[in-house]
Formats: sequence, structure tokens, C-alpha cells
Amino acid sequence: MSGSARPVPSPRVYPYGTAHTPEMAFDLSRRAYEYRIQVLRMVYGRKSGHIGGAFSIAEILTALYFHQLRLDPGNPTWEDRDRLIFSKGHACAMLYTILAHRGFFPIDELPTFRGLNSRLQGHPEPQKTPGVEVPAGPLGHGVAIGAGMALGARMDGSRRKVYVVLGDGELNAGVIWEGAMVAAKFGLDNLKVIVDYNGVQQTGLTAKVMPTEPIAEKWASFNWHVMEIHGHNMAEILNALDRADEIHARPVVIVARTTKGKGVSFMENESLWHGNIPTDDQFQAALAELQNGVKQWEV
Amino acid sequence: MGSLILGPFGNAVSMRKAYGEALVELGRARSEVVVLSADVSNSDFSYMFEAAFPDRFFNVGIAEPALVDVAVGLAKSGRVPIANTFAFLFATRAVEMVRTHLCYGEANVKLAGAYAGLSDSFDGPTHHSITDIAIMRSQPRMTIVVPADPLAVYRLLPQVAAWKGPVYLRLCRNEVPQIYSREYEPVIGKGVTLMDGEDVTVISCGVPVGRSIQAVERLAENGVHARLVEMHTIKPLDGELVGRCARETGAVVTVEEHSIIGGLGGAVAEYLSGDHPVPMERVGIPDTFAESGPYLELLDKYGISVDAITDAVQRVLARKSGECVQPVYRKI
Repeated sequence: MSGSARPVPSPRVYPYGTAHTPEMAFDLSRRAYEYRIQVLRMVYGRKSGHIGGAFSIAEILTALYFHQLRLDPGNPTWEDRDRLIFSKGHACAMLYTILAHRGFFPIDELPTFRGLNSRLQGHPEPQKTPGVEVPAGPLGHGVAIGAGMALGARMDGSRRKVYVVLGDGELNAGVIWEGAMVAAKFGLDNLKVIVDYNGVQQTGLTAKVMPTEPIAEKWASFNWHVMEIHGHNMAEILNALDRADEIHARPVVIVARTTKGKGVSFMENESLWHGNIPTDDQFQAALAELQNGVKQWEV
Repeated sequence: MGSLILGPFGNAVSMRKAYGEALVELGRARSEVVVLSADVSNSDFSYMFEAAFPDRFFNVGIAEPALVDVAVGLAKSGRVPIANTFAFLFATRAVEMVRTHLCYGEANVKLAGAYAGLSDSFDGPTHHSITDIAIMRSQPRMTIVVPADPLAVYRLLPQVAAWKGPVYLRLCRNEVPQIYSREYEPVIGKGVTLMDGEDVTVISCGVPVGRSIQAVERLAENGVHARLVEMHTIKPLDGELVGRCARETGAVVTVEEHSIIGGLGGAVAEYLSGDHPVPMERVGIPDTFAESGPYLELLDKYGISVDAITDAVQRVLARKSGECVQPVYRKI
């Protein structure tokens, strides 16, 4: 395992409102690759978990947790924290990795993922894992629950915001669109949905399994404000999250075009890697590619 | 005993109107209570809350999964949401939301299941709700409360709102007799002994409590002294009381407006099988769908008549005395 030391946690947070700089985008992009390495280790170590959808959301979650969200890891239930609903719960290895590096629980706990007596369940459980807001795994809940949380924030007169991270396969579920109508009806501009549109779901391409395009037009026709971005480009992600705060009286969806399995060539765009477990050789090959990914962002 | 029961019963009054009034009263007492509806508020009378507190009422449209999930979001924001739709829809269409977020995720949401049992009688089996207790009862952390008359709704609703964790409140659509006197003070989790007796215990919940009272009175005329327990909380079951009744009377009959599979009868049978098994019968709807028709006549036809209760008591008494008597689940 030489040359594969644990990623070094960077405590640096760029608080909400920090002006974006190229250095900040580079740093966050580099960390997204470090977190991919951590996820690879967790899934390979436990021989269980979901890599593809965890890799596609790496940059987005990194931007959210190390810049956009107003949180206090020392007080995870702080009333006025921003909420993040991780609706695509199967990709929680990335959520856990980022929560640990953000300080919600010890990084040393990550290898217990999916094991007996672990706080890190196979899919998120809020009572066990600090920083997790609601369970996820059965797909489709995020938008409607987010709408409820956004209503609650509005009733409280709080400026806290509610972010929801969806997968694109999840858009097959009817309750997503029920929630979308509720959020639009009540004009919930404190609700921001990010779709990790990686184009691949468990058994194949979303375009084949259940076509959802034109997805931007669908959300727009549900009276949402829609943005489309490159979901691995940190500068675009950061800018879109800022722009989302400028929209009034309508909920916002950011359709982030991503790559399932991003960062490992043989995993990219392959539905096999929705839930496949790497062999020893595949682990070493993937690790090498991801380490190169880290290097490309080192200044 | 017996002072808890009005004799004779009071006039039939609307349970859903009682619910609407109790909801408004609750809204006045507790500002964190919010009410959600899947567009049936003029059916379940939650419209009364909307009229009183329009800013705390949310109609999410005909979308029961979203109804529950939006309530989850509000609960996670410190509100006490009371979600309203037809009982069968909570227990069928929205049950994944209930399991994942109310039970597993411990969202403090209260579900008010309207039109439960056969009470939406004319709308037919698509609208009847005869398996909801079985479905809700099998979910860890769920609490199930079944008021028997309008006064019970007034007395139990504030406790439901104050209860920590998810609650399924099962409500009747129709005008039902007032059976309780003002002395009736139910407490969630505790059964109420309405009439004392030593030969057999009848345990009932919901609207059939009234029929159970009539059955027990009729049995008394024939020299059978039945104890009557109202079990308004199906879960957590008051096992201590159930076990004591089994020990003291040696036979048990359950009576409910629900399938004989998995409801109050199932809960009592499960408890007694591990505590103190005694001859037992479950009066309820046989394993079948009912049909459209007048409410009271449906109750009679589908297994919940006063005769069905007294017959079941006679069978358990025979078994208690050593006879071999097969249970009779009436074929419809």
C-alpha cells in the first residue's frame, strides 16, 4: 500500500460569501479527488457500497460542505444551519467522507462503513450519523421533504436554506414531481435542488432505462428556475450556487451534467460501476488514476 | 363501574366534525401545530383548521406521498405536523414514506386517517380501510390510536400531538353514538376497563365499542358476566392489562372494525401467546373486501354485529369449560 496513504484532511473551509478565486477552486477540486480515493478505500475495504454515483457528486458535495453551507460541525443540530438532504442515499460513502473531513465525526470511523456496530449505515440514518438530516435510500423523497423544510424555515423567518442533492435515476419517481409542484406552489426560493445528472442508472443509460430529457424544460414547466452546469467544473458549481441565491419567489434547480464513475477511466459511464466492487487489480489501477487526479490540481 | 358509559347512549354526532373542532382547539393551544391536507379537507373537516389558521395549513394536492414527505420536512423544522387524508391512502400509497421517514427516521409527524374501517361505506371497498392497523402496527416506533366516540377524539387529539414520535390516529367518517360520560379520561398506552366482569373479557376499539357495550349488556341478561376493556391505543399495547384480564377471566374476545388479520385481535393474540394463552376469538371483518352500502348494515353484514360478539363470547366460554369448539369466521 505504499504511495496510497490516507488523504490528508484539509481543515480549510471557505465560508459562505468568500470570493471565489482560482486557488480556491483548485483546492476544492483537488480535495474532491482525495475524497474519491477515500470512497474507493471504503468500498474496496468493505467489499460493499456504491462507487459510480459517489464519484459523480464529489465536486458538488465538496463545494457545498466547504463553502456554501452554513453549518457548525460542533453543533450539528444548530437550528439555523442550512439543511442538505442527500436524496441519492446509495452514494453515501461520499457524503460520509465529506462529513468526516468537515469535522462531524472522526475520519478514522470511515472504514467502519457498512459494518456491524458502525455509525455509518449502508444508507444514511440521521440518528446515527452526525450531519445527516434524514434517511435516504428509497429514492425520490428529497424534493418533497426539502419543500417541507423550506416551508418551516420560512415560517420561522429564518434565512437558512435547504439544499437537495438528487440523482438523475431518481427523477423516474413520481413523488419527485409531486414535491416539485408543492415547492413551486408555495414559491419556495429558499429551496435549491441539485441534480447529479450523470446519465447512468443501475441497469443502463437513463436515456434507455427511462428517458428524462428534456430535463431542463421539465423543471421549467413545473415553474422552477433552472440552471445547467458542468458538474465537475468547480468554478461553474460555485457560481451556480451563488446565482441560485439571487432567485426570488421560485425554487431553483441546478442540473449538473456529470460523469458516473468520474476519475477512473474504466468506471466512467459504466452502469456496472453503480454497485460493482473492484478486484485487487482494479483497486490498484483506480487508485493510481485518482492519485493522478489529485496531482493535476496541485498548484 | 359503568360510570364512564352514558346510559342510554347520547345522540349520534359527527366524529369528523368533532375532529375539526378539536383540531382548531389544538391549534389555539399550540402554535407549532401545522396541518397538511391532500385535498380532502372538506371531507375530513380539517378545513376548520384552515379557516382558523390559514398560514398554518398546507394543501399539497392529491399527492399522498408528498403529503407525508412535506410533513417530514416540517417536523424536522420543529413543527408538529398533522397530515390528513383517507386512512387507506396513508396505509397503502404513502406507506413507504411512513416507514422510511416517520418510523425509521423518527420524524414527529401525526397521521390523521379519515374514513377508516367501513365508515366511507357507500364509496365501497376502494375507499374502505380494513388493513391499515395491520400495516401501521408492523412498523417499529409507530403508535396507533383509535378513538371510539366524539368525546374520545377531543380527549385524545391533544395527547396525540404531544406524543413523542409518529402517531397514526384512526378516525371514523360518520355520525356515531356518544358513548362516554365526561368522566372518561383516556391516556395513550393505557386500556380502559369500561365494565367489570369475571367470566370473559371483551376488548374493543373504535366505533364497535358501542356494539360491544350492547353485547355485554345482553350477555349479562343471560347470566354471563363479561368484562369490557376499551383499547384505544393499539400500539403500544397495554399488555399488562391484557395479561391480567386473561388471567382473571380465562377467555378473551376482541372486537374491531378491521380485518381479523393483524389488527387489535392480532395484537392481543400475539401478546397472549407469549404471556397467558386462553381461549380467544377475534370479531372483525373476515379476510375479504366488503361492498358499498349503509354503514351500520355493512358492520352487521361484515362480521361486527352485536350477535357476532355474543356468539364469539359463547364459543370462548364453551372452550374455556373444556368443549372443543371451532372458531367460526362467517363466510360472506
